[in-house]
Amino acid sequence: MYTQGLDQKGQANVSEIESPEQLAAFQARIDAEEKIEAKDWMPAAYRRTLIRQISQHAHSEIIGMQPEGNWLTRAPSLQRKAILLAKVQDEAGHGLYLYSAAETLGVSRDEMVQGLLDGKAKYSSIFNYPTLNWADIGAIGWLVDGAAIMNQIPLCRCSYGPYARAMIRVCKEESFHQRQGFDIMHKLCNGTDDQKAMAQDALNRWWWPSLMMFGPGDADSKHSAQSMAWKIKRFSNDELRQKFVDVTVPQAEFLGLRVPDDALVLDEESGHYRFGEIDWQEFHDVLAGNGPCNAQRMERRRSAHDDNAWVRDAARAYADKQSAKAVA
Amino acid sequence: MSKDRAEWPLYEVFIRSKSGLSHRHAGSVHAADDQMALDNARDTYTRRMEGVSLWVVRSDRIIASDPTETSAFFEPAEDKIYRHPTFYDVPEGVENL
Ligand SMILES: [Fe+2]
Ligand SMILES: [Fe+2]
Repeated sequence: MYTQGLDQKGQANVSEIESPEQLAAFQARIDAEEKIEAKDWMPAAYRRTLIRQISQHAHSEIIGMQPEGNWLTRAPSLQRKAILLAKVQDEAGHGLYLYSAAETLGVSRDEMVQGLLDGKAKYSSIFNYPTLNWADIGAIGWLVDGAAIMNQIPLCRCSYGPYARAMIRVCKEESFHQRQGFDIMHKLCNGTDDQKAMAQDALNRWWWPSLMMFGPGDADSKHSAQSMAWKIKRFSNDELRQKFVDVTVPQAEFLGLRVPDDALVLDEESGHYRFGEIDWQEFHDVLAGNGPCNAQRMERRRSAHDDNAWVRDAARAYADKQSAKAVA
Repeated sequence: MSKDRAEWPLYEVFIRSKSGLSHRHAGSVHAADDQMALDNARDTYTRRMEGVSLWVVRSDRIIASDPTETSAFFEPAEDKIYRHPTFYDVPEGVENL
């Protein structure tokens, strides 16, 4: 998810000639639901689209550790700390699975990481919001991981084999993330009035940014049609957003919380919830780097990279020394 | 800055999920050396008891068949349908065959 179709200028300038026959044969494989594997022939644009999407997804998992990492030492009990630590560690794992999947397309992890550090690569808008109190950790697990699951389950059937397989691992782990978040919310909602108010406040702040996670509306989504034809995407942004609203509103009702949307109403006929207009200006502002925490997230990521350079160097020096010994 | 240093090599990871089953490809990790590859593979791919045994092998040491030659490479097996038991008619009345 974190696959919002965030755009970046296509840089690959491939001079390879793609014949109409090759393209047709490729599309026929896709239409027959065959999986495309790393070494198979694929159109340059398919490769480029996947590299962009998978690397953005990986960056999002990595940056996504920061808002929750903020609460690792402050979680209210030892058990909550252990759970949150496991969850954050999973997100690191997700980033690694995804970098590996992208690497099969011929881009190195270092290149992708450098793209992030240089500010050229994007990551999901959602991680540029602050986690102000403990209830935010509940809201993130419940809503943000919940939205991620909605987006990621269809990606398990993505036409590109290595991406699909990575998503299967990720999805298995995400449901723990969502449940631990809901559990935090549930406890708060059954606590004191102040605790319940915390939960409501967190929902108020995270609801709309969570809906934005699905990316621009279908009318404004430039990559959607091609990605659907290639079966990288199986559902449009708006379809996924609708599904998310439909499953989440009843959960909020169960918690006794109010979804912060005056326009929200159940359309009895279709069984779908109708919801209010998303503030797309806010979405674009956050993507453009002007969200509440963009600068802080990038600063933290860069300093982690630089501060730990000596560890990478030392490991490399040790490996060199060992292999020199082995040769001698 | 370690910017100019070559990237740590890539290793492919194989997991035996329980004894009695074969190792199966799980994904890959980067590591500076073999031991670190095992440690990283454990942390990345077996956080939930997914395995009882791990193999890691440098990706550049794997010898793979060429996907552009797939049909030529596997073709010799294609017309030997007599290798399958279903090729043979079992006469009516014969059992345990
Ligand atoms: Fe994740
Ligand atoms: Fe997650």
